[in-house]
Amino acid sequence: METTTLAAVTGNVATIGYGLAAVGPGIGMGILIGKTIEGIARQPEVAGQLRTTMFIGIGFVEVLALLGLITGFLFT
Amino acid sequence: MRDLLESVPARRRRYVRLRDDPLRLGATEGRRARNRQQSRYHREHALSSLATILPVAAPGGGGGGFLPPSIADFFPPPVLFEGTFFEINRIQLVRFVVTIVLLTVFGLAARRATVVPGRLQNVIEMILAFVRTNVAEEILGKAKGPKYVSLLSTIFCAILAFNLASIIPGLNIAGTSLMGLPLLLAGWVFVMYLSAGIRALGLGGFLKNSLFPPGVPVFMYVLLTPIEFLTVFVIRPSTLAIRLMANMLAGHLMLVLCLSATQYLIVEAAPALKAFGALTFVSAIALTLFETFVAALQAYIFTVLTAVYLSLSIEEEH
Repeated sequence: METTTLAAVTGNVATIGYGLAAVGPGIGMGILIGKTIEGIARQPEVAGQLRTTMFIGIGFVEVLALLGLITGFLFT
Repeated sequence: MRDLLESVPARRRRYVRLRDDPLRLGATEGRRARNRQQSRYHREHALSSLATILPVAAPGGGGGGFLPPSIADFFPPPVLFEGTFFEINRIQLVRFVVTIVLLTVFGLAARRATVVPGRLQNVIEMILAFVRTNVAEEILGKAKGPKYVSLLSTIFCAILAFNLASIIPGLNIAGTSLMGLPLLLAGWVFVMYLSAGIRALGLGGFLKNSLFPPGVPVFMYVLLTPIEFLTVFVIRPSTLAIRLMANMLAGHLMLVLCLSATQYLIVEAAPALKAFGALTFVSAIALTLFETFVAALQAYIFTVLTAVYLSLSIEEEH
């Protein structure tokens, strides 16, 4: 069977990897920070504690997106 | 206090919106510029590799065309002692400069320390008090915190100084944007939290505490213990290092992309495109401010996580 190429794209598929890797952590950070704001709004007196906990959580979530970034460089 | 509390979530939101896709702002600009160039001069090779086309596509032939930043920027050629074991490139030179500045500033502040602090001493004391109260005492507690204040403040000040080098004109790259320095700091933290845990609970107590979390049915340990082992011995130190390094790397790439697009659009591109150069220049300035914020935030997160790891290993769970 004769095949016809209608469109071709060159480049590395790893380029879109970071976009995909940022989706999950993006949603996660949104929930994390939104919930913290909610908590601070409900109980402003524990704001300091909530903020510290939020930063710890952000650290854990953020690293997932950043792993996506560096694997893009590693595996090209 | 109240307005401080309210201002923080707003700032955080902005941070997240940008940080979710660190390369998007810069990348879109760059891609737009490339596409425009491409359709102008190279419509016939529509989909061949842009990186090879663009240097050729520059009209006047004066400049080198658009140079997108790449990972090679982080491995510049050596400037001193080339060929020997001690060869030094630009990034290591930046690290030396930052170390000397940091030591000088702290040395001066310590030597001229007075009861009524001057301006420099005031700033230094503010930073140290911040680490003491907001990190050490808040996470480790007032009893155990002071013991680790020196570790935490050293880490905070060092990372802050190395990170800020990424936005200082002339230095322009963070000392922490290569893996070596973050790895060293994370290794130090790793050794510290292991030794702190072993000293507080004994080797057996520490392993039991961290590998066998209490309050779980016994058969779950088959699943939990390997995960906990990986967390304590591999994931914690490596994510500490990777988080810091990747943040500074992404920040540097974003800044370079914006600034080199500005240079290209204003100096070399067609007249119709020059206005976009202003846009990328403004976004470069905005990103510089954002990088200042990220530099401080990463120093804070690294320090907070160090304190958390220390407290996880010295405190017995019940």
